[in-house]
Amino acid sequence: MSNFEKLLSDQGWLLGDGATGTNLFAMGLEAGEAPELWNFDAPDKVETLYSGSVSAGSDLFLTNSFGGTRARLALHNAEDRVYDVNARAAEIARNVADGVDRTVIVAGSIGPTGELMGEVGSLTHDDAVELFSEQVRGLQEGGVDVFWVETISAPEEFKAAAEACAQTDLPWCGTMSFDTAGRTMMGLTSADMVSLSEGISPQPTAYGANCGVGASDLLRTILSMTKAGASKPLIAKGNAGIPKYVHGHIHYDGTPELMADYAELARRAGAAIIGGCCGTTPAHLRKMRDALEGLTGLMPPDADEITSKLGAFSSESDGTEGGGAPARARRRRRG
Amino acid sequence: MSDEDDIVLSELNDDELVLQMHDDLYDGLKEEIEESVNILLERGWQPYDVLTKALVEGMRIVGIDFRDGILFVPEVLLAANAMKSGMAILKPLLAETGAPRLGSMVIGTVKGDIHDIGKNLVTMMMEGAGFEVKDIGINNPVENYIAELETGEYDILGMSALLTTTMPYMKVVIDTMVEKGMRDDFVVLVGGAPLNEEFGKAIGADAYCRDAAVAVETAKEFMAKKHNQLAAR
Repeated sequence: MSNFEKLLSDQGWLLGDGATGTNLFAMGLEAGEAPELWNFDAPDKVETLYSGSVSAGSDLFLTNSFGGTRARLALHNAEDRVYDVNARAAEIARNVADGVDRTVIVAGSIGPTGELMGEVGSLTHDDAVELFSEQVRGLQEGGVDVFWVETISAPEEFKAAAEACAQTDLPWCGTMSFDTAGRTMMGLTSADMVSLSEGISPQPTAYGANCGVGASDLLRTILSMTKAGASKPLIAKGNAGIPKYVHGHIHYDGTPELMADYAELARRAGAAIIGGCCGTTPAHLRKMRDALEGLTGLMPPDADEITSKLGAFSSESDGTEGGGAPARARRRRRG
Repeated sequence: MSDEDDIVLSELNDDELVLQMHDDLYDGLKEEIEESVNILLERGWQPYDVLTKALVEGMRIVGIDFRDGILFVPEVLLAANAMKSGMAILKPLLAETGAPRLGSMVIGTVKGDIHDIGKNLVTMMMEGAGFEVKDIGINNPVENYIAELETGEYDILGMSALLTTTMPYMKVVIDTMVEKGMRDDFVVLVGGAPLNEEFGKAIGADAYCRDAAVAVETAKEFMAKKHNQLAAR
């Protein structure tokens, strides 16, 4: 059993980390700059990002490598530095995790390539696996405990990333972003995500949802995954509210108190690994830790409790019913 | 599917064929759309009527179901591809016949952002609705936008961003337009998954468009307003 799986089974739940982008912005990252290049250009700030989560009580935090595939780094003319950028992201993280006297898990962040796959795209499965493999090798070299595939919307891309992770002996986890009428941009439902993840080999240690539209929607997704019969630990990494533009900066309107409610509700909805995505700072994480430690009952919340504490859903349903098939009357079919 | 359900496009009357084209667009059937466009042209239809009654109307239906969470990105991309192949036949003919134009837009993803799926959808849906669209691709610094706007060929600027780290750059572009005294010459539409209406207002855009279908409707509204204002002068 990996140290990640052991900590999860010992504790029963883990506090994840907060946002990467939001926190790096607060330290001076400019719009349009690649956060990943800060692993070399401003390693002290990346370390501050990591330490911020760890000192706020995170059991697990993600490396600064979200856009670390060749496809993404090419935007910044850094396509030849994939291995180094990812290895460095992980090395800095490893040092921070090893510097505290409790077990803290380093999760190697792997984000989408930005390319389309399947019937509508040009990126093939093999090419996608290769893009992710290159990143995976760097992250492993730098010393991650687990690979963390996140913000995915297409099942094809999820499978390709899983295959790349499986080329190593490390565990992996995966989350998708359910931001369109309860589904991912590509139309995948929370129930589809459950069957996809449980049917993949090797299975992820945990899976779930991240980012998307606010904390309420994310919890509805988790509830639906539980209902769909998820047998693995679920991951909830919701945004701290929704983004607003205040005094020249992006500000997410979710307070630490709101995220404390979110963490409690996420745990009760069936999530075992709970963190925050965009807008979540160490101040939020501290309150989330308190809430999770103080939690006594695990009665699942209903939709009313979620919306009364965290705000309204962005769409009427969780997307698992209807949709996908044309709702209108059809003319004759073509042969 | 059995053979007896087969439809021979050329045997349908005009009304049936147009409805069939709406279905074929919905199903993303590229060859069928090309065939039908050619049939209507052979029957003496004006290219502009083929565009508006068959293709634009068909994409409008696709847009409604996309907005309502019935269709998702893959289906809409297939529909848009089918529409595009029909458009490729009509485009040279439209230019010859001097068909009315709805408006023109320059669109691009802001600096640092590679995620262009949404932008591509907007481009295709806008073209499908009869707009002229110049797509300047991904990762655009402010200079690219300004250079395009200075050509004087556009009514609308569209910007897209998917990441928290790139969305503030839209403000950089709008601020530069203000400095250059050209902000009021254009309708600025912004979109992208993390954005919302309030954000759009705060950075000085004319509107935030939740998805490609909304972008088309919003662009049409602004163009109608603009025409009314010109008429009132």
